[in-house]
Parts: sequence; C-alpha cells; structure tokens
Amino acid sequence: MCNNPLLKDPYQQLDDYIDSIPYKKENLILILHRAQEIFGYLPDKVQWHIAQKLDLPSAKIYGVVSFYSFFTMKPRGKHVANVCMGTACFVRGSEKLQKEVESQLGIKTGQTTEDQLFSLDSVRCIGACGLAPVMTVDGKVHGRLETTADIKQALAKYRPEGTPEEAKGSNSNI
Amino acid sequence: MDIQLKINDIPLTVPAGMSILDAARTINIDIPTLCYLNLHEMRLNNHIASCRVCVVEVEGRRNLAPACSTPVFDGMVVKTDTQRAVLGRRTMVELLLSDHPKSCLTCPKNLDCDLQALAADLGVRNITYEGEESEFAIDKSSLAIIRDPNKCIRCRRCETMCNDVQTVGVYSAVGRGFETVVKTAFDLPLHDTSCTFCGQCVAVCPTGALMELDQVDKVWKALNDPTRYVVVETAPAVRVALGEGFGLEPGTIVTGKMVAALRRLGFDRVFDTEFGADVTIMEEATELIHRIEHGGRLPILTSCCPAWVKFFEHQFPDLLDIPSTCKSPHQMLGVLSKSYYAETYGIDPQKITVVSIMPCIAKKYEAARPELGQDPVTPDVDIVITTRELSRMLREAGIHFDHLKEEDFDHPLGESTGAAVVFGTTGGVIEAALRTAYEWLTGKPLENVEFEPLRGMDGIKEAVIPIGKRDFRIAVTHGLGNARTILEKIQSGESHYDAIEIMACPGGCIGGGGQPYHHGNLEILEARANAIYQEDRSKPLRKSHENPAVLKLYRDYIGEPYGEKAHRLLHTSFTKRPKI
Amino acid sequence: MKLKDTGELNELKGQSLALLKNRRISSPLTTLEALGKPRHIMVCGGTGCHASDSPEIAALLKEELNQRGLSDQVEVLQTGCFGFCEKGPILEIHPDNIMYVQVSTTDVADIVEEHFIQGKQVERLLYVDPSSEQRLASDFPFYHSQLRIALRNCSYIAPEDIREYIAADGYQALAKVLFNMSPASVIEEIKKSGLRGRGGGGFPTGVKWELTGQGEATQRYIICNADEGDPGAFMDRSILEGDPHSVLEAMLIAGSAIGATHGFIYIRAEYPLAIHRLEISINQAREYGLLGEKILGSDFSFDVDIKYGAGAFVCGEETALIHSIEGARGEPSVKPPFPAQEGLWGKPTCVNNVETFANIPPIILRGSDWFAGIGTEKSKGTKVFALAGKVNNVGLVEVPMGTTLRQIIFDIGGGIKNHKSFKAAQTGGPSGGCIPTKYLDTPIDYESLISIGSMMGSGGLIVMDDSDCMVNIAKFFLEFTVDESCGRCTACRVGTKRLHEILTKITEGKGTLDDLDSLEQLSKIIKDTSLCGLGQSAPNPILSTIEYFKDEYLAHIVDKSCPAGVCKSLVKYKITDKCKGCTLCTKHCPANCISGSVKEPHVIDEERCLKCGVCMEKCRFGAIVHH
Ligand SMILES: Cc1cc2nc3c(=O)[nH]c(=O)nc-3n(C[C@H](O)[C@H](O)[C@H](O)COP(=O)(O)O)c2cc1C
Ligand code: SF4
Ligand code: SF4
Ligand code: SF4
Ligand code: SF4
Ligand code: SF4
Ligand code: SF4
Ligand code: FES
Ligand code: FES
Ligand code: FES
Repeated sequence: MCNNPLLKDPYQQLDDYIDSIPYKKENLILILHRAQEIFGYLPDKVQWHIAQKLDLPSAKIYGVVSFYSFFTMKPRGKHVANVCMGTACFVRGSEKLQKEVESQLGIKTGQTTEDQLFSLDSVRCIGACGLAPVMTVDGKVHGRLETTADIKQALAKYRPEGTPEEAKGSNSNI
Repeated sequence: MDIQLKINDIPLTVPAGMSILDAARTINIDIPTLCYLNLHEMRLNNHIASCRVCVVEVEGRRNLAPACSTPVFDGMVVKTDTQRAVLGRRTMVELLLSDHPKSCLTCPKNLDCDLQALAADLGVRNITYEGEESEFAIDKSSLAIIRDPNKCIRCRRCETMCNDVQTVGVYSAVGRGFETVVKTAFDLPLHDTSCTFCGQCVAVCPTGALMELDQVDKVWKALNDPTRYVVVETAPAVRVALGEGFGLEPGTIVTGKMVAALRRLGFDRVFDTEFGADVTIMEEATELIHRIEHGGRLPILTSCCPAWVKFFEHQFPDLLDIPSTCKSPHQMLGVLSKSYYAETYGIDPQKITVVSIMPCIAKKYEAARPELGQDPVTPDVDIVITTRELSRMLREAGIHFDHLKEEDFDHPLGESTGAAVVFGTTGGVIEAALRTAYEWLTGKPLENVEFEPLRGMDGIKEAVIPIGKRDFRIAVTHGLGNARTILEKIQSGESHYDAIEIMACPGGCIGGGGQPYHHGNLEILEARANAIYQEDRSKPLRKSHENPAVLKLYRDYIGEPYGEKAHRLLHTSFTKRPKI
Repeated sequence: MKLKDTGELNELKGQSLALLKNRRISSPLTTLEALGKPRHIMVCGGTGCHASDSPEIAALLKEELNQRGLSDQVEVLQTGCFGFCEKGPILEIHPDNIMYVQVSTTDVADIVEEHFIQGKQVERLLYVDPSSEQRLASDFPFYHSQLRIALRNCSYIAPEDIREYIAADGYQALAKVLFNMSPASVIEEIKKSGLRGRGGGGFPTGVKWELTGQGEATQRYIICNADEGDPGAFMDRSILEGDPHSVLEAMLIAGSAIGATHGFIYIRAEYPLAIHRLEISINQAREYGLLGEKILGSDFSFDVDIKYGAGAFVCGEETALIHSIEGARGEPSVKPPFPAQEGLWGKPTCVNNVETFANIPPIILRGSDWFAGIGTEKSKGTKVFALAGKVNNVGLVEVPMGTTLRQIIFDIGGGIKNHKSFKAAQTGGPSGGCIPTKYLDTPIDYESLISIGSMMGSGGLIVMDDSDCMVNIAKFFLEFTVDESCGRCTACRVGTKRLHEILTKITEGKGTLDDLDSLEQLSKIIKDTSLCGLGQSAPNPILSTIEYFKDEYLAHIVDKSCPAGVCKSLVKYKITDKCKGCTLCTKHCPANCISGSVKEPHVIDEERCLKCGVCMEKCRFGAIVHH
C-alpha cells in the first residue's frame, strides 16, 4: 500500500519489529520500549496486542508496564520536561525549581498540559550535577535554572512563537 | 547429605537444602507463615518471601532470615524465639494491618483468616505505625468471585496459583512500592478477563481479599417464599468435606446428616447431583461410542467442569468441537427437576427453585450461562452455593450438625450408583464412563470396576484399557496447567487419545475452590478422595447404567440416550472467547 | 578487519600509537613523549559538558578550522568526562597541554585565532585557581591528589575509535589472559589484587568469579551492571561514555576466566550517550574480531548484548536486574540462591559493576601487587566519586582508598560553595548516611564508612552546608525509596512508607518525641527484615541523621523550628528593627501580607504568610530573618 515507513500502520511496524528479533518473550522490555517509541505511550490496546503477539497473558504485560517508570500508559505532551530530583540537584534547590515549573506550566509533576504541549516529570540525576539544578526538555539539558526568568526562558524555546506565557510572577530568585 | 544444626539450642540432623521452617517443624517448633505455600502435589511453590512474618535469627547473620526460604547449613545456629525475631514478626503483621481494613467482624473470612489468626497468635494489641491506607474499588463484576484488594496482603499466592498451576494468567502484581497490588490485566473487572472461576486462587488466599460470591441470602429468600418449590441437590465432593466445617475429621462421610440438615433448612426436596452424574455417564458413554462408530473427532474430552469449559473457550477456541457436549451433572439434575420431575408431579416449573450445593465456585458462573436453561426465564439451576456457604448457613440456622440423625435423599432424583460418587475426585468421571462403556461395548459384565491407574494425585495419568478388540487410550488430568500440556500435545499431533478427563481443580472437585479451606495441608484432599472411594465401595450398584431410577427416566421420559430429547435437555454448546 | 592473533593486535597497536603520540603524558599506562603535529583539540563529550553545548562547540571548531585552512593540522575529537565538570565545557589542546574551561560557542573564533594562528593562550578561558588567583593552563589542584585507574582513559582517548583504545594498551590484558594465563591464574590474580565490587557491596571480585566458575553448567553469563541508580552519581556512565572498551575487555576477561560465552550490559535507558558509545564499541569490537568466535585465534568465543532498563532503581540490585533482563518485573528475589549459583535463566551468572570492570585490564597488565599496593588494608585500589552538591568543584574524582573526606571535599573539591560552612557529606546515596564534620579526617574505605553509619555505595558524594536541613534530607531519601521500592515485601513496601509519613509529620511541626522513637525503632526493624538491599539500607539516612544531628530533629519536634530554615511549615519570617521602611518587600510579597507605612518598620502577618522567602531575598538591609 504505502512504502513510507512513517505512514505504515503502527501495529504493523511493531509486528515487523517483533518478527525481526530473535528472542521475543525474553525481550519484552525491549519490545515495550519500541512500542512506546512508535505509539508515544502504551495504552491497553497496544499492551493487549503485544500479549497476543508474544502469547503472554495481558496481566503479565500490564504488570511489567506498570512497574517501570519509563513506560507510560497516558499520552504525553509534545514536549516532555523532566526536573532532576537527584540528590545534587535537590541540595541545590530542585524542589523550588519543580514548584516553579509546575506553576509556570500550570500542572503538577506527572501531568500533561491541557493543550498537550508539555508533560512534566522528574528524573534522578542525569549526570549534569555540575549544572544543578537542571531540567531536561525532550532530552536537552537546561542547567543552573535559578530564577523564574531562567525557567521561563528555557520553556519559551518549546512554545510556538507568539503564545503568551502562562507564567506570572516577578523575575525573582525562586 | 545430612547436616547438623541447632534450633533454639536443640540439636538436629536434617537433609541439606531443607528450609529452616521445615527443619523447625521436624522438632515441633512452628514458625508462622503467610505468603509461603508449598503444595508439592499441585506443583505450587510460592516462596517469594514477601510477607516476612517468618523471620528468625541466624547466628552470624547481619539481619533476620526468612525461615520459609532460607536453606539450612551445617553448623547453623537458629533462634526462633528471641525478642528480636518475635518483634520483627509482630511488626510485620502490624505493618500489614496498618494498611488493612480492621473490619474482621463483618469480613466473610472472619475466623478462617490466616492474617487474623496470626495477629492473635503474635499478640498484636495495637498498631504502632499507622498511616495512609490503600483504597481500591471492590470488584463485584463476576458471578462467582468477589475481589476486595483492600484486604490483599500481597502474598501473591493467587498470582502463583493462576499463573504457574492453572496457567490462566489472570493476575499480576501491578504498580510499584506502596501502591503495588495484585490486579487483573488493565484492572479489568474479573468478569471481562479469561478467568475460569475455578476458585483456586480463592482456595489459597490467606485473607478475605478473594472470596466466593455469597449467595446464602438468596437461598434464605427462596426458602422463605411460600410460592417457591425449593429443590436442593448436592455434589459428591460436598459430603466428604462438609463435616470439616463442624470440626469433624477430614474425610468423614456425612451424607445422611447433610440430607437431614438440608431438610431442617426447609428445602422441599433434597436431591442428589449423583443422579445427574449417572445420567451424564449415560450420555457421555453413548456420545463416545457414537463418535467411535461414526468416525467422529477423538479424543472426547469431559465437559462436566465449568472452569475447564471456560478455559478451553478462551485458550483453545480451535478445539471447541472435541469436548463432549454433555451438560454438567448438576445442570442435568436441575433441568430434570424442572422438566421430568415437574411434569411427573404436576408442579409448575416456573415455581421451582433449584439450589446446588457445590464444592465449586465456577458453578455459580455456570448456572448463569444463558444457554443453560430451557428458556431465558427457566435456568436449569437458580442458585449455587458452596460447601463453605452451606456450613455457614447451617450455623446461622443453629443446627447442631453432628447430632443429626442420618436421612436419605428424596426419590426419584436421589438415587445413585458408586459410579456417580467417584465423579468427585480426579479420574472418577472417566472411571465411571469406562464401567458403562465396557459393558455396553463388550456386552460382558465388568468384574473389577476399580481402575487403579486412573486414580491418585499425579497431574497427568495415562492408561491403555482394552475393551473388546479395541485398546482405549485414556488420559486423566487435573489442574488447568496439566490440561494445557495435554491440549498442546493434541494440537501438535504429538499425542493421541480416545478420551480425556479434565478437571480444573487439583485433585478434582474434592479440591474445589468452594470446599473448606485446606490451609496448605493437602493430606486433607487425600482423606476426602479416600472417603469418595469408600462411599463408592459401599454402594450396592456401582455402574451408572444400572441405576434403576435413571433407567426409568430414559424409559418414561427421555427415550434414547444421546437422542433428540436428550440433546434438547442434557446437551449444550460452547462459545469462542478472547484471551485476555 | 578481524584480528587473527596477538601479532595482528600488536601490529594494529603499533600503527595506532601515532594517534596518541601527542597526548598528555598523564596516563598511568603509557609514557609517550609529546611530539609536534598534528595537534588535537579534545572536547569534553561527557554528559555535563554535553549539556552545556560541547557538541556544538566541537562542530563550530571544526568549521572554523576548516575555514581557516587548518583542518589538516588540527583535529577535533570528542572525549569522555575530564572530571572537572564544574568548569565545563572543557577542552584540552595537545600537545600544548592547555585546558580551556567554561568555553562557549562564542569563544570558538577566538580559540582558533589566538591559539592556533597567533600561537598564544586565550587567557580568559584559563582556569583561575581560587586560592592563588592565578590562571592555570594545566595541572590544576583539582587533579593533584587524584589517581586515575578506572578513569585512566577518560578524556585521554577518543572513545569512539577502537584504535585509540588499542594504542593505549587496550585489549593487551585480554591477549595476556588468553595466551599466557590459565583461568585459575586469572582468578587468582584478581583475588590477590584485593579488588572489591564497586557497585556498593564491596564483595571481593576474584571470589565472585571463582564461585561463578565452579561446578557443572551448560552455560554461564557475565553481566555488567550499568544501572547506576544512585540519584546523584554518574561515575559508571562517565566510564561508559569515556572508555567503553575497557568494560568490554574486562567482560571478555571475566568470561574467559569463568567459562562464559555471553555477556549482557544492563544499562539505564536514561543514558542515551553511553548507550550510543557502547553500541559503537561493540560493533567495532565485533569488526576487529575482539568479540565473536575464536577471539584473537584462541578457542575463546564471547559476545555482548545491551539490555535496557526502564526506570527502576531497584533493578540495580543484581537479582532484580536479572529478572528485568528476563523480561519480568524487576523484583529482587531471596538469596541464596546467589546469581553465581542460579542467575540469568537459571545459569551461574557473574554480575559486576562498570567501575569494577574498568579496573580489571590494568590489574592484569600491571599485576596484582601493584594494585594491592594502593589503598588501605582491606580496600585496595582507588574509588571514583561523583562529587556534587554544595562544593566548589563538582565533578568526577578518582582517589586511592583511604583518602579522607577532607582531602576530597577541600583539596580536590575546593571547599564549600559561597563560603558557607560544611555540615555533612552524604555517601552511598539512598542506602548511605550523612557524615558530620567530626569524621572529615576518617580515611574512607568500605569498612570505615560502614562504621560511621554510611556506605561506600556506588560513589555518590554529596556535600551539604548549613543551609541544608538534615531532617529534610532524610525525608528526601525516604521519598526516593518509597518511590522506588519494588513493593514486594512488607517491611519495605509498608515500612518505608510509614517512615516517610513520620518524617513528613516532623518536618511539618506535628511530630512528637514518641514519633522519634518510632522512627528509630521501625528503622531498625526494616533493616532487619527487608528482603533486599534496598529495604535493608533504606533507613540508613534516617539512622545516621538521628545519630549525628539529633538536635535538628529535636528542634523540629520540641521547638517547632527548622534551624536551616528549609521546612516551610516551621519557618517564620520576621522583620527586625533593621527595617528602614523602604517598602520593597511589600511590593514583592505574593500574599500581600506585609504592612507598614513608608520609613516605618514593617510587619508580616504570620497567618497569611506563604513562607516563600521572597521578602527576605529582596530586602537590601538584611532586616528580614527567619527562624
Ligand atoms: C537497591 C540496590 C541498588 C543497586 N544498584 C546498583 C547499581 O546501580 N549499580 C551497581 O553496579 N550495583 C548496584 N547494586 C549492587 C548490585 O546488587 C551488585 O551487588 C553489584 O552490581 C555487583 O557488582 P560488584 O561486585 O562489581 O560491585 C545495587 C544493590 C541494591 C540493593
Ligand atoms: S481479611 Fe482477615 S484480617 Fe482482614 S478483615 Fe477479613 S478477617 Fe479480618
Ligand atoms: S478463579 Fe482460577 S482462573 Fe480465575 S483467577 Fe482464580 S485461579 Fe485464575
Ligand atoms: S489476593 Fe489474596 S492470595 Fe492474592 S496476593 Fe492478595 S492476599 Fe495474597
Ligand atoms: S474441578 Fe470440580 S470444583 Fe473444580 S472447577 Fe471443576 S467442577 Fe468445580
Ligand atoms: S526491600 Fe523493598 S525493594 Fe527490596 S524486595 Fe522488599 S519491597 Fe522490594
Ligand atoms: S515570606 Fe513570602 S509571603 Fe511571607 S511575608 Fe515574605 S514575601 Fe510575603
Ligand atoms: S543530581 Fe541532578 S544532574 Fe545529578
Ligand atoms: S512466609 Fe516466609 S516470608 Fe512469607
Ligand atoms: S562532563 Fe565534561 S568535565 Fe565532566
């Protein structure tokens, strides 16, 4: 039908991938990683599909998906922001950073903004402790986020141009 | 190799590799357990060491050791009764209770609960560390099992049972940390999963987190409704287990007392599911012979276990045409009560309520299957209660069970043979069928009616039985995991059989999910099985086709076994279901 | 190009030496003379510098050099972490031996112009030593007390080129093991070296190898534990990013010593750069026949696969890790059986940490005596620490065992940030404890850390100053363990939750002295009864802070105050008589709860105060205090 791999039916993509690897049940976690890449998240339907394909009980898949924090069963925003909650960042004020990002995005950690632009989560040390406190957005590290303005600036890069920032408050230290 | 160790200063010699728990038990020192469950015969070994209520002190070890899963070694010095160990154990129970409803008084598991017993034994008097409690919705979706995850202690016995023994895979631990709990896939209501309702998870759950759907009140209601004609029937496995609920030795046969008790409760007629079992044999043996003579598909698989039926509907939808189409015995008895009996005695079938007392939880679900009735308003069986529910009901009614005088079942649906009795244990259905098929096929009387190779607790039993010119390849299996093994061999063409008996519960119905709890002691199942065989031997008639009441039924009402009317009343059909 | 024997390996090494001949001579393993051209710009490609745009800097450098027609004389290479992450992005120019720090994309043109065309140092990019206030081009005090064994090649070679590793004696230890040593003598050598597991437990590595090699087995496995879950540690990833082949070589050595033919590297999915470099290395090693069948013409075959974690700290625990590789929930299981007896797919399995492995090739090449000569009596060799927190030089440091905390924090780390005073050092991450000032001079090794209530752990070392509240730190770690507990066993699933609840109560000023007793009692019981190391060590942050900072707990409980001013519910803001009535604070207060007229002392309405602290930060007269 269509040769563009980007337009290929995602389930077909996933099946092709599963068919291409030697051990299947043993590679469940790898398969889930791939599925999350394809679908963006792992809804019940995708998990069920994998269960059928690998001939595993769905409950087992669900148990695994719900165990690992990397896997998400909810759709994510276009951009995923992760505030580092590692120890080094914590002692350098990541709690305040987290609160400020939450307030600028108007969501709590673990949630996605209504416009589906941002999801906010936390990570534990990304190895950039020298830049603490840090936040990553779509994998890109933003370090030394010490003032509301720093954060505003970091997030602005991901907002479509011309959107008003939801942030309020003064340009103060957080 | 034997090793020497000391437990509480007592020297002992035990085989290497034994756990501290088992070693201590050899010298009559008990260590409490909650999660640990080793049902060797069932191939269930839950030793995930999660509850930590079995911790003991081991000299030279930094922390306490879980006795259930720590092997002994030579020179080991164990203390089970130090303050440190006792405090550790008690604290584990306190922690469990800190995230547990304190509602024993209204809990269906009250006085039969391992957690409750442990709290009493360990002297838990207050809960030192209180805090947030989990809140889960109670799953009442199914017609058989109620799941109350609030009472779950995460021992994971159910998960091990359903995954390793039954291979249904309904449950998994879900989530992480404090939120971890055993759930179904995607938290679906149990009703929407591939659960077979075998109830084995209920049988091993130490708390009230998994319970049968309690239908006692429905029975009381029917009994108190003067417009209802309430008929009760009891399965073979009930009479060898009910006594346990009243402190009698496992394996005590209480048929007569049970009948008397049921009459006291006010049932209008007390019938015997064994009559239905004899009818089942008439049908199934005929069906087998029919398949052989007409080149039908073999092997024939028994279909009297509703959990097994649901299992193959979900797991092997391509094999839907090989199980026997016979309804299960209690359904047959139900439909006969509402047809043959009703017509014979001029009772309006709409006014009859059939109550089945079963060792089984799946039969609650089975009775509600829409195809199992003459029409949508006339189900074959109206209410199913388990052995456990019956004993609660009798206590509620204040009946002193052990003082009752024995009484007999009502006629005609109370007549039965030894063949029907053995239905209650693994191997029994096939044995009963063989007793009849042999005589029908050879025209000769069968001298030795006891088929030893088909008896016992082995997971898969096989035998070749010569009948006339033909060798019959028979297999008997119990436990759904064993059933899966056999079905896969059939699918792959590796094995060929003529007939296979499959029972979902390890041990067959004597080990059913609705029986009094065995609390991990499988000797109880053996005692029940022995009682079944004893009951069989005590019967004057031991072959279904010799049951005069059954013969009369066919003569007067059904006509030919496996004939047109038989099909309408006594046979059923199966449905493909998705695998979740 | 498959290397068929050691001869070919050595030939390749000979050819590749040219790549390194201009590098600094600091590697403990080579003694090359620094020689003329071509010059190399080694741009730090470690995570820290990566985060502050080092890849862009490298690309711009290449472009600029190209434009200036210098690309054949100056080569730009990306390395692993230099360790001095505080001053990243870092680049070092060879053979000039000059390091530039905190370089930004806008400095690129100047570097090319001044350094390469005009031939002089770019003064403003040199490191300023805070004590002497001098600009230094190399040999910073940061490196003085360090000894780099595990990190020997990090920042020294370009990790994406196997030839550089081979030139730096790479795969020589493997060749030695395959052709000149028996498996038993390899194990003996590792045992004699005294190397202990760097993943936290400190189990003697040689003994573990021996146990895994024992008995009959149809298959055995080697697993490299690169899960690095300690939330403040980045040693393992730095090694994998900076010197991935050293880990592969060590896994091969372990495989040949215990009779395994397959290895797995279990790595966090959150480490994309390390994964990328590992993939490159594995492919290169396969290409050169250093992984695969009949390695270097010997009878030994071995291959390595990468397995990905998916965000679960507990998967660092070896049995959980194994279950995770098997595609299950990463829940630990009871030991025994140990992985060495029954591990991956039921087969004997040797699990070692990345840093443990990185020490193996030098031990084989230089001998166990050399290694055993470093460190303390029971802890040999060096340890890499991820030094972070309130310290001036955040970075990766590798020091001999027995170095004191004072040396690490003050000599290498340059002391406490912003001239505050040291309060505690946290080692061992969520399993460890907080070490107070009085133990600053304790030589650190596995035993000494345990004796002062902490742990070596994997090497996270977080420095805290007097603005850190120790109760809050304990709460932070407990939050982590509650989050990361696998939920299997009662002690940890419910117990750590209860600990966290009690701590929360205390930080909210609702705690009682009974709570403090409960906290201690429950902590001890959880340590005693938990199934795995996570639960067994989760209470350590509480027990150590209660032991050394009990007064802070008491302040929270009895005085209802947080001495560090961190616990919001307990902090009260007050305007003192230093107030000049400038009204600045009123303008910034989000709660509008400061009142007072101009030039009059102001007052805060405590009821409405949100405790955000803005007023205190804004006040120019230091008139606002909290207590
Ligand atoms: C909760 C927990 C987390 C752990 N995390 C890690 C880890 O991230 N990396 C690691 O190498 N070892 C970790 N370990 C230790 C491993 O279980 C294991 O002991 C180690 O990988 C063995 O390697 P070694 O002997 O080389 O240290 C952890 C242990 C526990 C109990
Ligand atoms: S499950 Fe047991 S302990 Fe819990 S409420 Fe019921 S009887 Fe009580
Ligand atoms: S009733 Fe049987 S099939 Fe259903 S969950 Fe329980 S064990 Fe599994
Ligand atoms: S439901 Fe019952 S058997 Fe299953 S884990 Fe919970 S307490 Fe154990
Ligand atoms: S074996 Fe018997 S008790 Fe068990 S599910 Fe089947 S019919 Fe019910
Ligand atoms: S101690 Fe914690 S992490 Fe370890 S098994 Fe128990 S619940 Fe899981
Ligand atoms: S701490 Fe914040 S809310 Fe309180 S007075 Fe100061 S500025 Fe206002
Ligand atoms: S703790 Fe945040 S990057 Fe290390
Ligand atoms: S019975 Fe031993 S840990 Fe549960
Ligand atoms: S990452 Fe560049 S110096 Fe550490």
